[in-house]
Amino acid sequence: MLRKIIALGFLSLAIAGFQAPAAAALFHPKVHTLANGMQVVVIEDHRAPVVAHMVWYKLGAADEPPGKSGIAHFLEHLMFKGTPKVPSGQFSKIIARNGGRDNAFTSYDYTGYFQNVAKDKLDLVMGMEADRMTNLVLTAKDVDTERAVILEERRSRTDNNPSAQWAEAMSAAQYLAHPYGIPVIGWKHEIEKLSRADALSFYRRYYAPNNAILIVAGDVEARAVFALAEKHFGPLARAATPPRQRAQEPPQRAARRLILKDGRVSQAGWRRSYLAPTRSAGASEHAVPLSLFADMLGGGTTSRFYRELVVKRKLATNAGAYYSSTGLDLGTFTLYATPSPGVGLEAVEAALDETLAVVLKDGLPAADLERSRTGLLAAAVYARDNLFTSPRIFGDALTSGLSVEQVEAWPDEVRAVTMDEVMAAGRAVLKITHSVTGLLLPEAKVGK
Amino acid sequence: MMAIVMRSFQTAILCLVLVMFAPLSADATKVREVRSPGGITAWLVREPTIPLLSIKFSFVGGGSLDQPGRKGTANLLSGLLDEGAGPYNSLAFQTRMQDLAVRMSFNADRDSFSGSLRTLSTNREAAFELLRLALNEPHFEAEAVARVRRQIITGLIEGQEDPGTIAAKLWFATAFPSHPYGLPGKGSIASAKAITVDDLRVLLGKAMARDRLTIGVVGDISAAELGPLLDKTFGALPASVAIAPVPETMPVGAGGVKVVRKPIPQSQVMFGGPGLKRDDPDWYAAYVLNYVLGGGGFASRLTEEVREKRGLAYSVYSYLYPLDHAAVHMGGVGTQNDRVGEAMTVIKEQFALAGKNGITEAELINAKTYLNGSFPLRLTSSGRIAGLLLAIQRQNLGIDYLDRRADLINAVTMADIRRVAKRLLRPENLLIVVVGQPVGLTSSE
Repeated sequence: MLRKIIALGFLSLAIAGFQAPAAAALFHPKVHTLANGMQVVVIEDHRAPVVAHMVWYKLGAADEPPGKSGIAHFLEHLMFKGTPKVPSGQFSKIIARNGGRDNAFTSYDYTGYFQNVAKDKLDLVMGMEADRMTNLVLTAKDVDTERAVILEERRSRTDNNPSAQWAEAMSAAQYLAHPYGIPVIGWKHEIEKLSRADALSFYRRYYAPNNAILIVAGDVEARAVFALAEKHFGPLARAATPPRQRAQEPPQRAARRLILKDGRVSQAGWRRSYLAPTRSAGASEHAVPLSLFADMLGGGTTSRFYRELVVKRKLATNAGAYYSSTGLDLGTFTLYATPSPGVGLEAVEAALDETLAVVLKDGLPAADLERSRTGLLAAAVYARDNLFTSPRIFGDALTSGLSVEQVEAWPDEVRAVTMDEVMAAGRAVLKITHSVTGLLLPEAKVGK
Repeated sequence: MMAIVMRSFQTAILCLVLVMFAPLSADATKVREVRSPGGITAWLVREPTIPLLSIKFSFVGGGSLDQPGRKGTANLLSGLLDEGAGPYNSLAFQTRMQDLAVRMSFNADRDSFSGSLRTLSTNREAAFELLRLALNEPHFEAEAVARVRRQIITGLIEGQEDPGTIAAKLWFATAFPSHPYGLPGKGSIASAKAITVDDLRVLLGKAMARDRLTIGVVGDISAAELGPLLDKTFGALPASVAIAPVPETMPVGAGGVKVVRKPIPQSQVMFGGPGLKRDDPDWYAAYVLNYVLGGGGFASRLTEEVREKRGLAYSVYSYLYPLDHAAVHMGGVGTQNDRVGEAMTVIKEQFALAGKNGITEAELINAKTYLNGSFPLRLTSSGRIAGLLLAIQRQNLGIDYLDRRADLINAVTMADIRRVAKRLLRPENLLIVVVGQPVGLTSSE
């Protein structure tokens, strides 16, 4: 099969799905908590003389004040501007001059910063990360220039791309109240008004050791890392970080249906998302079974959707399902299909609904469950191979309401899932009243 | 939640290209040349701590072997090798891979046809057997051919309105008007429809021969265990098959500007001109120079001038793209339509400035420190290391390259930089393609 096509557009989702195989039983993390509340997780991996150093804040786009969408991500960019010790714009240059690579990222439930460096630079980068946790300095010019940069970022990601606008509209329709319906990067009209004061107020409220997790993976001894953490982060004071209280979803009673038509669309697409529990939110007993259900239903070329829609009926060139079990609040379970040339979305949707109805009524073969289980457990082994995967798995989980122990229990939970649990999860979650169906269509061309 | 927004940006192509000349941190003492009983050579790094194995291999040729009017044959072939082979039909082959948790994929690029296999150590024998079948006994079942062809055509239709795809396709078509490098590897909708099973069989017979094969292996396996597996997997392929030579070429179109009008708020700009081939004596000087100009992210002059000082873009970059038969120096920027002229003026000024004066001593020192210091950061997964073992062999850098690499970079002098800057950084050499509604930049014809 052509993986490039299958993966297209769903790469990030594959990664999100991949974050599930978080197996402490495989990673053997060592943990410690500083007196100021900062959690420290160390994964020793001595294959190469390098370390991944990360600080994760339990703060993401879903924690933003109303009307200030994009401020978490904007602040993430501004964190590279400077402190009294590190002059404006020098942070990344210092890392590079020390042979390191750095970057940062923002999602709904977290904001993360990382430096990948030779192990003898760990002291340096940890000192720099601790420094900017409390000493950020922002000039008006820095803020204005960076706002222009994130507006360009939004144009690149979303405004130039009808498929991304379609995804944005679907999220907005999926959540009636919860801020997961607002794009992480923010709405354009709100980004344009974000100020220096907004950024600093957000920074002071949330950037503190008690709201952060330090994760170090690589050629290090845990005890030495704990000592370094005491040295750099230990002196920082706790802050009165407010609890994470997001508006919660009311009961969803109406199936939603969106059509996005755009002249810039050349290939139609179909997608449906259902509001779904995670390991931290809602009926969390369904979360791990749902991971297996998603894989059996639409995880690859042997999945039911692919066999039925792509191979047998030839209505679609691609069809599948994906789900991530990690998230502080209710997440989504998503179905998707790309119609074959000349096939209408109605035919694709009807076939998909029919296939789904049969699965929900009659169940799935036991062999399929074993195949999906094998795949998920193997992914946990493959995850150990990349030094930078394990810190991401822990960061994602620990900022999303999970504990190290829950991460550790994941492979055992996967092993224990029964077919009855899988089907119960599927039947509980895939309800049309909880769903948004989205159609992406080319603009009809006149005279053609 | 899946949405993740990052501070800085990397295009897929950038990652790919970086891998081609990125450092490997394993010291050379760990790299071993394995010669199988049947005479097949592979480079191996033994890594016993994790029970898995990564294999990457490639055959010289790839997309350059596509026949006229059948562009995309190698790409279609790459999608069909795991769609039924030997005793397994398509479904059985895919099921077997999943039952074994084997990851197998193939890819055709401008100069090579390559493959990748990843398996848990416990399933090693079975995984190699699947690879053997895929390479030697693919079925090309009518259903699978039709399905993968439909997937390719759908992708091509999707690309018709994608700004980055439009820009890249036009840039290469303009720069290489009468060379295979000018055509997209996936072909056109017409060529994808025209390819027959006979075309696939003819290409299968030519694409893979042992004298054009290079292999990199990383994982929990000894040389003695690997040798027989190599013979079983690759031994039945033809020892040698003559292929038509690909002509040497260089990009043309210097100074040209091509604008494709599309109703989008941000213009996608691709710019580039002649680069240096990997075996050019000035390669390392050019590599260091490009790092300073536009390869070094926040340490680069382009990011500093375009993004940090002026807020003109989220992403601006340049990279060296050495092909087997040509060499390109490319760059890109995405900026709102109103400010495209301004952004390109700044970028051209930076080309001219560094072209005339080179870089500063401090920049040279910082670049060397980064390029050598970040060397070990590439050793972060078995697949990456296997890919680097492959690249080092493909580029004939020698098995001791890892020991010599730091010296090669450290030997670059200010005089070397000035010499190569005069050759490489000429704004008048740039061919510029813009997709969007740019202000301040118009087509040159």
